[in-house]
Formats: sequence, structure tokens, C-alpha cells
Amino acid sequence: MIVPIVRTGLMALRRDRGALAMSFILPVAFFSIFAVIFGGRREVTPRVNVIVVDEEQSQASQTLVQGLSSESLNVFGRPASRGGVEQPEYTAAGAEAAVKSGVAPVALVIPKGFGVEHPQVEMFKDSSDMVAPQLVMGLLQKVAMTAVLKAIGQRMGGAMPIAVEARDVVGEKKNNPMVSFYAAAIGVMFLLFSASAAGGSLLDEAESGTLDRVLSSRVTMGMLLAGKLCFCALLAFAQLFIMFVWAWVVFKVDLPSHLAGFVVMGLSTAFAVAAFGMLLASTCRTRAQLGPVSTLVVLMMSSIGGSMFPRFLMPEAMQKAGLLTINAWAIDGFTKVFWRDEPVSHLWPQVAVLIGAGLVLFVIARRLARRWEFS
Amino acid sequence: MNSFQMASALRIEGLVKRFGDLTAVAGISLQLTTGECLGMLGPNGAGKSTLIRCITGRVIPDAGGVSVFDTPADSASARRSLGWVPQELALYSRLTCRENLETFGKYHGLGRADLKAAVVWCLEWAALTDRADDTVSSLSGGMKRRLNMAAGLIHRPKVILMDEPTVGVDPQARNRIFEMIESLRGEGISIIYTTHYMEEAERLCDRIAIIDHGKIIAEGTKDELVRNAFEGRSEVLARFERVDDAVVAWVEARGGHVDNGLAHFSVERATDIAGLLDAAARSGHDLADVSLRKPNLESVFLHWTGRELRE
Repeated sequence: MIVPIVRTGLMALRRDRGALAMSFILPVAFFSIFAVIFGGRREVTPRVNVIVVDEEQSQASQTLVQGLSSESLNVFGRPASRGGVEQPEYTAAGAEAAVKSGVAPVALVIPKGFGVEHPQVEMFKDSSDMVAPQLVMGLLQKVAMTAVLKAIGQRMGGAMPIAVEARDVVGEKKNNPMVSFYAAAIGVMFLLFSASAAGGSLLDEAESGTLDRVLSSRVTMGMLLAGKLCFCALLAFAQLFIMFVWAWVVFKVDLPSHLAGFVVMGLSTAFAVAAFGMLLASTCRTRAQLGPVSTLVVLMMSSIGGSMFPRFLMPEAMQKAGLLTINAWAIDGFTKVFWRDEPVSHLWPQVAVLIGAGLVLFVIARRLARRWEFS
Repeated sequence: MNSFQMASALRIEGLVKRFGDLTAVAGISLQLTTGECLGMLGPNGAGKSTLIRCITGRVIPDAGGVSVFDTPADSASARRSLGWVPQELALYSRLTCRENLETFGKYHGLGRADLKAAVVWCLEWAALTDRADDTVSSLSGGMKRRLNMAAGLIHRPKVILMDEPTVGVDPQARNRIFEMIESLRGEGISIIYTTHYMEEAERLCDRIAIIDHGKIIAEGTKDELVRNAFEGRSEVLARFERVDDAVVAWVEARGGHVDNGLAHFSVERATDIAGLLDAAARSGHDLADVSLRKPNLESVFLHWTGRELRE
């Protein structure tokens, strides 16, 4: 009796490609993504970008900079060259602005007079990155304990060898540094799920024969897809709105003063995820197929794109791979709005990519939907 | 004046549709005159639904053409004139009856006033006025069928294609649907009605086209079909004690055929049965039962195809 039951289950599973994918491909794919994120590193610590402004320009300060450069940090003192023209070195104000705009999570300013009495540096940090400032702080003390003290000939007893005046230049007035990040990150992931489910209504209509009836009226396939895209986009925007209102009411995310940025990013993201939902629906043959396929694709996009784990903590290759996902661009845009307090005009790269991706996905979906038009 | 020169509501000429190696519609030509109800009678897989879908424009034929009131079927005016009741329950199950009708009315481009009047008419026609605000999922099977029909009529078409509208409906609900169709006929609406139930075709249709393997094998009124197939002869059904190859050969030698263990013959006079019985006895084939039947559409179908209608 047991054997036929097992055999029946195996036969059913073998013929259900969706269930097979969920059973075997999804776990392996997920494992691989997280193995690359966490297991692929050869270094104990990630290579963190640090801006160093050496106002002192003494032997001691230069020794400190050289010491930091020899550690697992990516230390630089000037912006990347533009059009082959080398840019001037950062000033303290420039470094602070660079941290605010996300060029680096940490900047160190070695002030004039460093090392004369009590060695002290100023640190500008982005508190959304909880790892980088701590790492830089530790390495700074290590370098100070070794190279710099030797150079400046002082001993500080049990106290820290270099005093660090750290200041959050991003999010210093925020109540909860990561809430707005996760509102966007989790929000986008669920938007993708609900857009694929809403897009699935197309498959329901095809299976029930309602689609044939609709297309025999004055409604064309282009109109139908455009209508469904608008519905999915409105649904997605409403979901985001509720998510951020909740974050505002309960977690004190400052929605009212970022409303314009939220609307711009919310509409762009909603359009892109709606087009993604249309594409998934028009790719799949049946509603039963859509479920596992959308789960597989959305979870993979979300893990690579930073909905589950911040991209800035991922290896560089994974960070770049994340740019192929809607999640990454949406999260980056919302982070600019809610975290970095950037103006709406600074959102153009994210908005352009999301709308462009949405248009491309919709055009592909429209072409795939031709199979429903005539037979 | 032949049939193709008469004023027609719908005209189909040389329609062919192939799906790979399968020819679903193999060169069908038909005409539906204004106010006429044409029955398309054939078994499952005969090509009835494909023909209907070609007319609606949902299937592109490989050859031939369809016109509605002398305009191509894919034109806007033809679409306005055509109504389609698909075999499937093509409804939004989470919407109410009224919402479904309003939705399909808007898809057909009805204005506010026309839509309101059409919804009221459809609900009354389908006897669903008291269930107008109930969701489709809460309706009985018969009610869903009626709403499915009403949704195909929301734009008040002049030509209606009904694809097996009574599938899965109990006899009482079927009668209600017949009454609905008869009321449409009273309004002078032209109807193509596909079915594999000969009683439905006999009751509702002015003319019947028998379709099999994508071809129309006979066409006419019921009486014409019977007369053409049997030429005034009657049908004798004979059940043998045992049916073997010898019995089949004996039956076929006398112009009959065996279907599902039952031998079918046609005779000019009832008295011819005596000769048949005598011949069977002399050949050593024992008959268990013999009956005389006036030929019907089932007999006509069997006569032309050698198969039962409901196989």
C-alpha cells in the first residue's frame, strides 16, 4: 500500500514542472546566491571605501594615511577623474558632502595640528552602514598603535592612541536608521509578488475563456494589457503608500517632508513592477505555472537586488549584478529620498532605469501576448 | 436566385482552418438569412467550435471568408452586429451579474444610457433581475449559463453565435434556456446554434447543418434531411443474439450497418420486415429484438457518417 502511494506522488511531482522547480532549483539557486554573498570572500573584512583628507600634511599624518592604505581599505583622497582630468583633493566639506551622497560610507579628516599634543581625527560617517565606520575605527587604532606612534614618538598609556570625533553626516537626525531602507527593500519584494499575482488574472481569463470574449469585443490585446498594467501599477503604488504611511506612523520615518520624492520613486517603481508582472503572466502558459516561476524569479531578484540583505555589504561583483534587478534601483532611489535627503532632481538615474526597464518589459510582454490574440 | 444571392445576415464561404496536420474546418460554406436559426449539429470534435471562433475572429482561417451583413467579419460594424455565447462560462466570477454585464457592455463601447437599458433588458431576459447583485460564484449552474448568454447579448447584436449553450445544464434549466432563445427568435434575431443534442436542433432551428470532420455533410430542414437520407423509407433496428463477423457481413450485404451491436436497415414498407426476419432465420442468425423507427436526425447522422451522434 505504501509503495503505490509513494509512486503516485513521484509520478505527480515528475509531471508538475513548477513543483519540481520549487523543490530542487529554488533551494540550489538560493544557496548559490547566499554562498556568493557570504562565502565567496577571500578576505576577512570587506574592502571599505574611505575618503581621507590630510590637512596636516606632516610626517605623522602621512604615515597614518599610508598605514590605512596598507590595510583592507580602499583609501582615496580625491574624487575619481572626470574625462581624464584629475580632480582636486577633497576638503573637509567636500568629504562630508561625498559621504552624504553615498560616495563612501566613511571619511577621515586629519586636522592641522595633528600629533602635536593629542592626536585627533574627525570622522564623517553614514550610519546606514553599520559595519564600515566600526571597521575603519578599529583599523585606525591599529595603524596608530603601530606606525604612527613610532613616527610621532608618543605613548598614550591605556587610552586610545588617537581620539576620533565621529559624526553621522547622513541620518544623524533620523530616529531609526534602517527603517526607511527596509520599508523600501521589503516593499519592493512584495510589490513584485503582488504584481505577478495581479498579472496572473490574464492567465485566469485565458483559462476561463473570458479573454476570448473580451477580445471579441472592441477591446484589443494592447488595450487589455495597458489596462492591466495600469491596474497593477496603481495597486503597487497603493501598497507602497500604505507601507510608508505605516513606517511614518509607527516607526517615525519622515514621509511628509519627503512626499515628492516618495511619489516620484513610488510611481516609477510601481510602473516597473507592474510591467514585470505583465511579462511573467505573458511568459507563463498557465496560472499553475506562474506561481512557482514568479516565486523563483522574485526571490532571486530580491536576494541579489538587496531586498533581503543590503547591497553595500555584498561583494562588488554581486553589487553590480544587483543592478540588473528592479529591487536595487528602487531601493537606491528610496534611500536617496529618505536617507540622504537628496532632492527629487537627483533621482533621475533611478527613475530613468525603472521607467526604461518597465517599457522594455511591457513591450516584450505585448509581443508574447500575441499568442492569445489569434490562433 | 440561389441561397448565396439572398439577403444574408451571415455568409461563410470556403472556410478552411488547419491546426498542424488536423483540418478542423475543411471548406465550409454557409448562409444565415435574417431572422433564421441555423443549427450546427455534430459530435464533439466535429469542428463546430472552431467554425464559431473563425466567425468571431478569434481564429484566423487559412482560407475562405466570413461576412456579416455584407461587411467583413473583422470590421467594426460586423463586430457590433455579432454576439457570441461561448461554450465556456466566460464570466468574472467575483463580480455580480450586473457588474459582469456592465463590464462587457463597456467593452463593447456602450454609452451610459444604452448600457443601463441593456443591463436591465439582459437581466430580465435571463430571469436574473432578483439576483442582479449576487456574485457569479454564488449562482447555480443554470443561472451562470443564462448570465453567460446574456453577456453575449449585452450590445444587442443582430446575429448571435451560440456555442453549445446548454452544456452541463439540467433539463429544467435547459427548458428555460430554450424559452430565452425562442424569445430572441421572436425579435427576428439571426442565430447560429451549435449542439450535439438533436432534440435541441429539432426544437429550435429552422435549418440544420450536420457537421462532421470539419465538413458539412448534409443541410436543410429536418424533414429535408430525413427525406434526402432515407427517401421515404423507414428505419429498422435489429438486435442479434450474437454479433460476429458473419453477422456484420450479412447485414452489410443487405445495405445495412452495425453500430454498437445494433443493426440498422432501411425499408420502404413495414411489411418488408417479414422478409428480413425470414432471411435472417434462413442464414442462421438469431434475432433477439426487431423494431421499426421513423428516421430522425440521429438516424440521418448515422446514415451519413456511420457513427452515433454522441460518440
